Amino acid sequence: MSSTLQELYGRKGRTVTDRDAQEITRVEEVSYELKTADVMNRDLKCLAPTDTMREVFELLRVSRISGAPIMEGNVLVGIISQEDLMRAFANNDQDVPIQQYMTKNVITVKSYEPVIKALEIFARTKIGRLPVVDENESLVGMLTKGDITRGVLVAIQKDYQEEEIRRYRASHLFEDITSDRTSLILRYKIKSRDFNNGGQASSYIKRALLRLGASPQLARQCGIAVYEAEMNLIIHSTNGGVLRVQVEPRRILMQTSDDGPGIPDIAKALQPGWSTASEEARSMGFGAGMGLVNIQRCVDKMDIDSTPGKGTKLLMEIHLDPDEKFKSPPDTPESPGV
Amino acid sequence: MKLSEIIEHARGDVLNPSIFQDVDILGGCGADLMSDVLTGVKPGAVLLTGLCNLQVIRTAEMADVYAVVFLRGKKPTPEMVELATQKNIPIISSDMGMFQLSGRLCKAGLHSLESNWKELHE
Repeated sequence: MSSTLQELYGRKGRTVTDRDAQEITRVEEVSYELKTADVMNRDLKCLAPTDTMREVFELLRVSRISGAPIMEGNVLVGIISQEDLMRAFANNDQDVPIQQYMTKNVITVKSYEPVIKALEIFARTKIGRLPVVDENESLVGMLTKGDITRGVLVAIQKDYQEEEIRRYRASHLFEDITSDRTSLILRYKIKSRDFNNGGQASSYIKRALLRLGASPQLARQCGIAVYEAEMNLIIHSTNGGVLRVQVEPRRILMQTSDDGPGIPDIAKALQPGWSTASEEARSMGFGAGMGLVNIQRCVDKMDIDSTPGKGTKLLMEIHLDPDEKFKSPPDTPESPGV
Repeated sequence: MKLSEIIEHARGDVLNPSIFQDVDILGGCGADLMSDVLTGVKPGAVLLTGLCNLQVIRTAEMADVYAVVFLRGKKPTPEMVELATQKNIPIISSDMGMFQLSGRLCKAGLHSLESNWKELHE
């Protein structure tokens, strides 16, 4: 199967990249979904077995095609190609009837079969064109690799347009809705000490923001802030907590809340390197006392409200520039130093 | 620098070849502390790390790290390989240590994408 597609798309000898693989997958899918009748050429140019090779020459030349089915009444009896024509002309057989040069055992494909079937036949037999017949074996069209490529491309283009529309709708969500205050709220329950799933919610949030049309820098800033906040819930909270993101046209509010144990000394917690994290948290690469410091760097405003024994609320806010939809990132690659 | 060159310098093995693309890596960073990666690494880096757990992959995703090299022959778990594959992040295993590989890559012309303390706090 893959060799068929490699042949079809001239990828021979080149390593298949990830991108190719994705495209192949979709091309394969389309090749199964599309029927030969969807992509075949219905404008049939037929000849009779008693016509001469000279007539074949004229038909191919005028219609700019490379082969034609040979019909006796309504029955497909053969197929004639450019190669047959060259053989005839080499023998000076311009005026002999087609039946002397045509291929008689014609391989056909059914109109209701998927395109992949035709691709397999092309790969196996090395023939250039396939007559397409209906359930009564009557000729209904002709199929070349070119017809298949065209059909597949049209199908993929349609996919692409649909995807574009979906994306457009998501990224223009706020423009299309009128209210005094529109916001989209994403809410995640975070379990205490669930290190294996740590970062999952943040991953969803980053993805959602990108879907909503956020720039990569903005999604990254929010992603890093909520990731640190999520890890804080996992590392420190007694019973887990809630991570909540509120997306508005002009700002993004992010918030975590838990019911304990609370931070006894907030000023200390904000000092870089100060930490009360467990050995387990440290072994995961966290808990080195940089979480809140990191968050502060990524957001425009951060507030901590904490009562020992009651719980902690961490509020983070990023303002969106109304023109650019994101503020200048803190980490644009400048001239790299060594 | 192409990712394939980095792998050659690291004498590394790609653990999720199905998603491998020979992308341009913009620079390097080395850390065992994931918060350091989140604070101070610019997008497009290869991350060299001695830490080997799921949070490395999550951190790479959040910080837009393009590829991760696990040092000292550390072997990521199947869950890590699966998550990295799902997030389209190539992961590589190398026998070298942090200092050794950082030195080799720097010498070969790969820049640092780590922000230093001063850049971060001024």
